[in-house]
Amino acid sequence: MKQYLIAVQYDESAPPETGDELREQMARTGKVTDDMKAAGSWVFVGGLLPSHATTVVRPGNGTTTMTDGPFAETKEQLGGLWVVRCEDLDEALSWASKCALACRQPVEVRPFHDGSED
Amino acid sequence: MALDFDGVYRAEYGRCVATLTRLLGDIGLAEEAVQDAFAVAVQRWTELPPNPGAWIVTTARNRAIDRLRRESTRESRHVQAMLLHQPDEPVEVGPVRDDQLRLIFTCCHPALSPVARTALTLRLIGGLEVAEIARAYLVPEATVFQRITRAKKKIRDAGIAYRVPADADLPDRLASVLTVVYLVFNEGYASTSGELLRTDLCLEAVRLARALAELMPDEPEVLGLLALLLLTEARRPARVGPSGELLVLPEQDRSLWDRRLIAEGHELVRRCLRRDQPGPYQLQAAINAVHTDGPATDWTQVLALYDQLLAHTPTPIVALNRAVAVAEVHGPALALAAIDELDLPGYHLLPATRADLLSRLGRAEEAVTAYDEAIALATNDTERTFLRTRRARLAESQ
Repeated sequence: MKQYLIAVQYDESAPPETGDELREQMARTGKVTDDMKAAGSWVFVGGLLPSHATTVVRPGNGTTTMTDGPFAETKEQLGGLWVVRCEDLDEALSWASKCALACRQPVEVRPFHDGSED
Repeated sequence: MALDFDGVYRAEYGRCVATLTRLLGDIGLAEEAVQDAFAVAVQRWTELPPNPGAWIVTTARNRAIDRLRRESTRESRHVQAMLLHQPDEPVEVGPVRDDQLRLIFTCCHPALSPVARTALTLRLIGGLEVAEIARAYLVPEATVFQRITRAKKKIRDAGIAYRVPADADLPDRLASVLTVVYLVFNEGYASTSGELLRTDLCLEAVRLARALAELMPDEPEVLGLLALLLLTEARRPARVGPSGELLVLPEQDRSLWDRRLIAEGHELVRRCLRRDQPGPYQLQAAINAVHTDGPATDWTQVLALYDQLLAHTPTPIVALNRAVAVAEVHGPALALAAIDELDLPGYHLLPATRADLLSRLGRAEEAVTAYDEAIALATNDTERTFLRTRRARLAESQ
């Protein structure tokens, strides 16, 4: 079994959702999470606040510096994530399709390093 | 008997890699093992063994076991060594073609980029060398090598499974496989550069399509693709003239067409018609069946089929091909109007078709300009020569 990150790419330049839209989206994504749990694939889920709440901490000369804002200034930012445990990529992709449809945002699927040597 | 080592390599490489991939669960290791075994064969064979493929598979398997034993300090290597020790599986019979099919679907996984899919399929299934793929696609060898290496790494790291997808995913995945086989054929039939035809690529694509049809006889688009390739391949001997010049359909000597392939293609098209689930490959096959039926093309039928194809796949290339049929049925003026609104930047066949239509309408000056445009865009020498000859003939007649 491998673990995969399903990362929601959220377009922050788009107009904000209304309360109703947001509630419907939460219901849809919540359903996907429940299905993952029922299938034994779920490891973790979390939604993130927008990137304005981000702080970057950088190392330098034994100390660190802090800057306001996300690491990369692009309009698509990480909006939330799932971690799933799957047999292979196809299984992870089928969850990712459900996630993308529920969020109505593109999602990125990436395997975790499983500790095996290269 | 002469020892045709290259021929054996061509015929057996893909099958052996597929079998070893099943045994080892790792494409990279499988390839190395098969290459090792071929290297051993070059040294040892004085004549062909009765079953060269089985010889290669057995040798590759033994070499891989030796290697894994030597390296089996790591847990994962132990597991692989165990896998290989499963006693006496009948390696050379039965599942061989399934192994290849699994490998095709792995190579054509939609999580890989389309260019990587084609390169990987040609390398692993077709046994083409990196240099040959680079020549076919007009890119540096290093680029092809990098694409293949990256794709294999992604298959391993992302956990792309080595299997034919489940029924629910099959139509999507199959589309990707069919596209790759079609692209391989097209590259052979109208190479991007150099000589017009790359016969080896055409034959490899036909072989792949046959393997797919044998394994999935109930998929009408698979039969459609095979029929399309057979009917196109059948006309290949007539496609170039004595001095290597390109001959268009009306100029071709139909007696050179391969009747056996045509008969096989027609039979497949009839099988598709009985199923009545037309898709783009079946429709293109049907169009080619009309071209190869009888002494001349029935353009009314061809146009009707293009109408269906355009409804199914409304792309500018289909619209352009349809216009050729429109010209035959309704005359060049209507055809010209149909392609005027098409936008196909960089595609030489659009100005080439315009040039032909304009010249048939007696608008020679505009036709010459269109030929110039097409000549500038064409990348294949034979096609450029064809267009230049046409342009010269037109300029003379003015």
